[in-house]
Order: sequence, then structure tokens, then C-alpha cells
Amino acid sequence: MNPKPGTSDLPKEVSLTIPILENMEVAATQTAEAVAQFMEFDREQIDELKHALIEACINAFEHSKSGDSKVYIRFVMNPEDLVVVIQDFGQGFDPGEVPRPDLSAKVSGTDGYKRGWGLMLIEGLMDSVEIQSGEAGTQITMTKRRNKGGAQ
Amino acid sequence: MINQFAVTVRREGDVAVLHTDGYVNNLGGEKIGEQANALIAGGTTKLVIDMEKSTVINSIGISILIEVIEKVQEVGGALAFCGLTRTIAKTFTIMGLAQFAAIRDTEAEAIAALS
Repeated sequence: MNPKPGTSDLPKEVSLTIPILENMEVAATQTAEAVAQFMEFDREQIDELKHALIEACINAFEHSKSGDSKVYIRFVMNPEDLVVVIQDFGQGFDPGEVPRPDLSAKVSGTDGYKRGWGLMLIEGLMDSVEIQSGEAGTQITMTKRRNKGGAQ
Repeated sequence: MINQFAVTVRREGDVAVLHTDGYVNNLGGEKIGEQANALIAGGTTKLVIDMEKSTVINSIGISILIEVIEKVQEVGGALAFCGLTRTIAKTFTIMGLAQFAAIRDTEAEAIAALS
């Protein structure tokens, strides 16, 4: 019989390391799906988690310039929420310097750069997001709470 | 799933309906963009993108969809999306995409939105 959330024998954490290679974010979403299903998250919560995780992985893939070319992901299962930590040991960035994307400017062509949505989407799809970044790398900690109206 | 993206086109009067199937990443987005560009170059100005068979998208794919919206607007046309999962619809809402493209549940509703 599988242990369930809230029981003493609940496995608390799942760790995953993915190489920085094209489409490896999909491997991370498959683990996220399994963990979130185990925690009995509903379909919408699982999909939101997966899409936020894709964006966090892509950010690391494209911007970290990590020397070890890896992204480290931890899924921490708590009774009330799932915390996902995405870490790289790359060059880091200043979140305060990331411009807020303006869709009007992008659609009109005023802004020729159509990208830059990752952080906005992560924040919009998760319940809370913390970013710590510096010369040693970047750690994004994002949390999805259990849907109180859903299965517990 | 990753490398098996497909996009097919069906005509419905003066509207072209693009049916996507698979992960809308850079590859998927580029395939949508290629089809849309060819349609626009051929004189089509009304596009529907039916994503019923695309349940996962990323911001690279979305950026190419923004380029498609830009090109449709340049020719005075219009674009609508349908068949979105709740999460993809939420993603588009977060970005404000509904200001520039109609979002409808069904293909028939999306086509009607362009009439």
C-alpha cells in the first residue's frame, strides 16, 4: 500500500538532476506530475506546476551559463503544499533588473524582442515564488498549495 | 511527444484553422509560424489556432505566437485561439493575450468570433 501525505512514512523529498540539453525540461515535468499526483493535486494544479517548472528550467538552460551544465530540482512534499526548488550554479542575475514584459509593445513591433515571459508566468502560475541569485548561481523556490476544495 | 509536433490546416470559408498536435516549444512554434506565414502570404487574414491536442506550451512557443499575431495585425486581419487547456488559457490571460486575440472554447465559436 502506498503511503499518503500526512502519514509518518511519507517520503518527504524527491531530487532530480537534469542536464542542460534541449527539451530536458520535459523530464522534469514527468517527475513533477508523479509527485503532484501522489499528493493528490487536481489536474489544473498539476498543469500549472508543470508549466511553471518548464519556465524555470528554460531560464536556467538559457541564462545560467552553468559550468557543470546541470539543473538541480528538489520536490519537497509538505502536508499543505509542494515546494519545488530549482537550482543552478551559473552566473546568476539580478531579478530586479529583469524588465516586465509589455505585450502591447511586443505585438505592435515597438519591442522586437518577443521573449521575456518566464518569471511573470512562474509567478502567475504558482502560489509563491522566491528567487535568490548571485555569483554562485540561482535558486528559485516556488510553492503550490493544496487546493482546499480538492481531494485531500 | 517532444519531437512529434504536427500542424494541419483546414479551410472554413475565408478562415484558416490550424490544428496543432504536440508540445508548443521552439520547434512547435516555428511550425505554426511557418504555416501562418504561408497563409498570410497567400492572402488569408483570418486565422484560428485550435490547440485541443497541445496540452503543453512554453514561453518560446508563445513568443512565436506573438509574432503571428503581429503579422496578422499588420495585414488588418484577426486571430482566435480555441481548445485551450485551463492552464494554457490562464497563461494567455496572465500575459494579456486576450487583448489581441479572441479566446474561445470551441472551433465554431472561434470562427464565429472572426466573422
